[in-house]
Amino acid sequence: MSFLSVKEMISGAQEAGLPLWEYIMVSSAEEAGISTEKSWEMMAMRLQAMKDADAGYNPALRSRSGLVGGDGGRMLNYARSGKSISGDFMGEVISAALRMGECNACMHRILAAPTAGACGVLPATLLSYAKKFDTSDDEIIRAMYVSAGFGTVIAERASIAGAEAGCQAEVGSASAMAAASLVYLHGGDEQQMAHACAIALKNMLGLVCDPVAGLVEVPCVKRNAAGAVNALAASDMAMAGISSRIPADEVIDAMAAVGETMPASLRETGNGGVAASPTGIKFREEYFGK
Amino acid sequence: MDIFDLIGPIMVGPSSSHTAGAVRIGYVARKIFREEPKKAEIILHGSFAATGRGHGTDRALVAGLLGMHPDDSRIPDSFEIAQERGLDFSFESRELRGAHPNTAKIKLIADDGRELEISAASVGGGRIEVRELAGMPMHFTADKPTLIISNNDKPGSIAKVSEVLSREKINIATFNVNRSSRGGRAIMVIECDSIVSPETLQHIADSPEILSVAFVDPD
Ligand code: SF4
Repeated sequence: MSFLSVKEMISGAQEAGLPLWEYIMVSSAEEAGISTEKSWEMMAMRLQAMKDADAGYNPALRSRSGLVGGDGGRMLNYARSGKSISGDFMGEVISAALRMGECNACMHRILAAPTAGACGVLPATLLSYAKKFDTSDDEIIRAMYVSAGFGTVIAERASIAGAEAGCQAEVGSASAMAAASLVYLHGGDEQQMAHACAIALKNMLGLVCDPVAGLVEVPCVKRNAAGAVNALAASDMAMAGISSRIPADEVIDAMAAVGETMPASLRETGNGGVAASPTGIKFREEYFGK
Repeated sequence: MDIFDLIGPIMVGPSSSHTAGAVRIGYVARKIFREEPKKAEIILHGSFAATGRGHGTDRALVAGLLGMHPDDSRIPDSFEIAQERGLDFSFESRELRGAHPNTAKIKLIADDGRELEISAASVGGGRIEVRELAGMPMHFTADKPTLIISNNDKPGSIAKVSEVLSREKINIATFNVNRSSRGGRAIMVIECDSIVSPETLQHIADSPEILSVAFVDPD
């Protein structure tokens, strides 16, 4: 069965006597008619795809429009200089998110999570965490199941498409998924994972989808950095014992409701938000004039 | 929704609808054509026309026509590869009345002059829908193993096909017949629960009223 609520998903795992990640793996494999070994293998392949994409980053690359490229490298140099405001680890996370967003814009092979536009959030948080805490691949794969579980609930109750519900549904969902899995990696319990998911998504509520010239470049790439940093903040809050006053399921429903009231201009049409700013319009004209 | 729709797909960026879906459209068109075309005339409509170049929709479509999948890292180089392989292609932006915003209409031409026209839309998340084939309205996604069979619209041809499939123990999920006019040409679109072997395809093709048999695998 697909998970219709975070509450059901967590109680289902408890009833089955399984850790949440395993419950998600077992139920989804059953639904898809595949073995858990096959499912694990597929998830491992996806972890490898994230690593490969990151390793293939090239700061010299530019997107077709020329608007995007090189910032991931710039950020990494700065973070490694030891002079950054937010510190080494957060600097690495920001850089990793930018790098993946740029890989995507430059037609590299990436892992959509949950979408291509938001593909930087999960690897930036999970791979950077793994590096800092020396986490095994198996543990990261388990964390990816946790992400996937929370993600399915969001997809079922709300949306993961910018065209339907704005960027809150793309980078917002990615951030909520990442926050839950960071809590898993850091030893938090299921309730803390749900709180992290809820907090992260709340912080992204109302985020519009406004790609300049309709391209997945501006503001998408930098928004991945925001989603990743937000996931760190939400997971640390949850680990500190801070709870979301609004339960995760209700936050997800609120996200769906906000999405429904969003005008079309703020849902991937490239006609609102920064896409409709004077500079955004100028970029569009230059690009289509080319 | 499957967990691997949330963590996945692995794809060449930047856009699941404008890049991954476009590769899939090209790939499905090639499969239905049953060989690598010599020439492809591609019309881009709506958002495909408006933002297609920035999303690499053009290169993605050609990559699919060359037989690539959405995760093939050679997609950005598809124009050059097409040139090496002697696939001549052209693009045109045009308004297609009533078409989905992400639509490509492709005319494929073989060495011997054989032609096929197919219109398909990228409907989100890399999924596609074929909307028109050889001038006939259609509606299939090709995300299951799909048989596309062109036949003379004579009694018995449907029975013949289902007989071969049941003999090979291939379960039919959906079966649609589209025809241009009674007694003329028809196209059967059959979604199956499993892969159909080349031998089975040959058995079907051997029946007298069957004109051509194409098979599209899900990925
Ligand atoms: S702004 Fe729109 S296109 Fe860009 S990442 Fe967000 S949802 Fe995707």
